Amino acid sequence: MELFWQGFTGAIRLILSADPAFVEIVERTLFVSGLATGLAVLTGVPLGVGLAIGRFPGRRVLGVLVNTGLGLPPVVVGLVVTLLLWRSGPLGALALLYTPIAMVIVQWIVAFPVAAGITRSAIELLDPELLDALRVFGAGPVRCGWELVRATLPQVGFATAAAFGRAIAEVGASLMVGGNILGQTRILTTAIVLETSRGDFALALALGIVLLILALLVNVGIRAISPVPR
Amino acid sequence: MRVSVTFGTVVVILLVLLTACAGRAASSLHGGMTPTGVPQGTVEGQSRTIILATTTSVQDSGLLDALLPRFQEETGYVVKVIAVGTGQALELGRRGEADVLLVHAPEAEEQFMAEGYGQLRFLVATNDFVIVGPADDPAHVREASSAVDALRRIAATGATWVSRDDRSGTDLLEKRLWQEAGIDPRDQSWYITSGQGMGMTLVLADQKRAYTLSDRATFLAFRSSISLVILTAGDPALINPYHVITVNPTRFARVNARGAEAFARFLVSQVAQQVIASFGVDRYGESLFRPALVPTVTPQP
Repeated sequence: MELFWQGFTGAIRLILSADPAFVEIVERTLFVSGLATGLAVLTGVPLGVGLAIGRFPGRRVLGVLVNTGLGLPPVVVGLVVTLLLWRSGPLGALALLYTPIAMVIVQWIVAFPVAAGITRSAIELLDPELLDALRVFGAGPVRCGWELVRATLPQVGFATAAAFGRAIAEVGASLMVGGNILGQTRILTTAIVLETSRGDFALALALGIVLLILALLVNVGIRAISPVPR
Repeated sequence: MRVSVTFGTVVVILLVLLTACAGRAASSLHGGMTPTGVPQGTVEGQSRTIILATTTSVQDSGLLDALLPRFQEETGYVVKVIAVGTGQALELGRRGEADVLLVHAPEAEEQFMAEGYGQLRFLVATNDFVIVGPADDPAHVREASSAVDALRRIAATGATWVSRDDRSGTDLLEKRLWQEAGIDPRDQSWYITSGQGMGMTLVLADQKRAYTLSDRATFLAFRSSISLVILTAGDPALINPYHVITVNPTRFARVNARGAEAFARFLVSQVAQQVIASFGVDRYGESLFRPALVPTVTPQP
């Protein structure tokens, strides 16, 4: 139990100290997961709309794939992306392996099915007459999609929060493609893995508490700006 | 309408924030500050960056944190450390995915050199392995005459043994010791495999009151949080040599040969050897690694 107390006080001390190395890790965590979430929303929400109202061949297959993607194991994503980004791999010339951009890519891959899945189910629950009405008024597919997203904004806000949660909690893939390099690709989750393997359990726990606080703040923020469901 | 205006504003704010963050992250990616505050110099292409694939013990013990800032200051190279364990480090070298390796599995390294994947190979430091276990020592390992004898006693009493089984340098040595003892421990009920790094394996062994093989550095780092004690030490078979190997650039065009050689030569320089000799004294009362002093060179096959 003493360790929990040490972890808790350690977290407070870390936050108050504003140690540059710690602040840097927090900033990188927010940058990587924030950018990954942004991309996940920009790609996942349109995909969700398409799956809900689109009529195109392969829609059912794509839907099943997106649902499978909700359970995509991050380590598998990490392994595949690592092999692709290897110097000898097809994307090796980009020299992206062991950079924050590689971490954004894997977090985006695990997060966008979440955004797509939640958007899709939210729109499917809307009154079908709304879509019919939009079509009667001659709205094109893009216009239709936009209006439907607007009608489900609270749920899209939730999709954003869920995608962010999936991105920031992910560790296996970020560890593989980032390499957990101090000052370059170390983020909160990979730092927790390292401190645990170093036996500094109190510091690992403190970093975990900081991660929880961050997730809480972001969720409160998203909730505050999302319109209240009617 | 009001809702969409608010939402739009928020999106704009988010984008601005992201861009600001992106600028900052990019600056720390290219020529930012190391934790010690040493400017790294701008990264022009890949030539100033070296990928070092290494065993976890040199990272977990903090040795690399003590060495790398000096190397970066001296040469301007930025080292990307990938701490993966010896087996995977050698595999990354075999594929040209790393420029230089810091590993501890002499037999596997010699094979690596013989296959022509390596160029330079220097002895950097040594420390030793220890067999640790519960203080009440049910298998009477304390009285063992050697490491192999200790393993025989553990097998004879059926006391629990934890193996890492992750092809790390420690794991390779453990497998060889079992072989020398003439025992095949696989499928035995007392032989469990953790599949994890040294630290986590020590914690697991401690929880199960089991025996395991550990490098001394990691054991010392964990000593305060576990109740295992050292039972066998000092057997010449338990010496743990760390070598630096540069990956052969003639096989892989993208390998940073110059940076790799600079790093290998730095590790056996006076400055680095002195850092290694004194490393850990302040924290553990004894140094964790013994410097190599006289570097041995394995000529290219």
